[in-house]
Amino acid sequence: MIALRPQSLDEAVQHLEGDPGLVPVAGCTDLMVRGPEALHRMDRVIDLLGIPELRGIHEVTLKEKTGLEIGAATTFTEIRGSAQVRAAFPALVDAAGQVGGWQIQNRATLGGNLANASPAGDSLPVLLALDAVVIAAGRQGLREIPYSAFHTGYRKTALNQGEIIVRVRLPYLPEGSVQVFRKVGTREAQAISKVVVALAGRVADGRITDLRLAAGSVAAVPVRLRATEEAVRGRAPGADAADLAGRTAAGEVQPIDDVRSTAEYRRFALERVVRRMVLALT
Amino acid sequence: MSHSFLLNGQPVEATGHPMERLLDVLREQHGRTGTKEGCGEGECGACTVLMDGEPVLSCLIPLFQCEGRRIDTVEGLTAQESGPLRETLERFIATGGVQCGACTPGIVVTLAALLERNENPSREEAREALSGNLCRCTGYEGILRALLPGEAGR
Repeated sequence: MIALRPQSLDEAVQHLEGDPGLVPVAGCTDLMVRGPEALHRMDRVIDLLGIPELRGIHEVTLKEKTGLEIGAATTFTEIRGSAQVRAAFPALVDAAGQVGGWQIQNRATLGGNLANASPAGDSLPVLLALDAVVIAAGRQGLREIPYSAFHTGYRKTALNQGEIIVRVRLPYLPEGSVQVFRKVGTREAQAISKVVVALAGRVADGRITDLRLAAGSVAAVPVRLRATEEAVRGRAPGADAADLAGRTAAGEVQPIDDVRSTAEYRRFALERVVRRMVLALT
Repeated sequence: MSHSFLLNGQPVEATGHPMERLLDVLREQHGRTGTKEGCGEGECGACTVLMDGEPVLSCLIPLFQCEGRRIDTVEGLTAQESGPLRETLERFIATGGVQCGACTPGIVVTLAALLERNENPSREEAREALSGNLCRCTGYEGILRALLPGEAGR
């Protein structure tokens, strides 16, 4: 068994290039659930927690667009504790506060939530609504992947073999934007979502604009609710737009019955949640 | 493979597969059976320990990531004979905070971490801190009464 602990991004990329069988790990909160037998069968892991390039939260300006970049190995506790994230992206702080309990938030990382690629990942709809960009490192150096193109199928991502997530870029939203996050689970804490939804948008000149809506646990991947966005774009905020948004959202997803919920309930809950979120646009 | 870390203040060595769960290492190699396995899936909080002072779930920590870290278990944290944790635990007994007892060690570890940061938590702060610890006797009210003596007489 090999357990590598690289101390720089270059070192990690070199290891990954030389050995496609290495499994990248960070907070291990999803991985360890497989149980001792499966874990004992693992023979090559590479720990990303010691790589300084994967940590920290920084403001960046690129092509006149300013935003925050969050290192992939940043924990949800660190995200909750960041004044910068709280000021710019309160929906992400809300989502971070609903990932498991305190113990999970101390270990689970943003990059891990993306790479694990569960359709129920709590932070994922928020990143879609915030139009995030994933910055990945591999043998060809760094490349940017629009987050909307990151999830390519059930538990599949656009990362190439040996590529790892370095950080996630979130462009600041226009002045006056509203952000909302809502998770519906069996209980308030420590639950995997039945439906998880995020919205970013604003009202300008009496019209809904810059609207992005996304949902998790309603398809094989976290999805943008593009038909809903289209249906209410340019409309006046209020009950009519909210009703239309809820109905359109329920019609544009194909949830399934599984151990956590039913397709019927997921559609019902999504309609209600989207309706209330659009009502928050004023 | 051998890994060294600080366990309740003492340097220790642990051997085993790098992906061995810290929970099993504590119980089987170091006799620290105060740390309980509940669900083994990161849902219940029974196996909570502190890693560098932060509450974490020992069923989800692979041994190799403990190298050089400080691990505190319920045995170490309750050794002190005075202080906010001790006072809370005395009340814990009086309020019936212990029912079947399965969740109690994990809850005590989380309380130790909470009180270390905040000696007078509000009800909301206490509820949030404990949200990762399930008590299936649903004895939360007794636990909160022990933690929130300012609310006495409610």
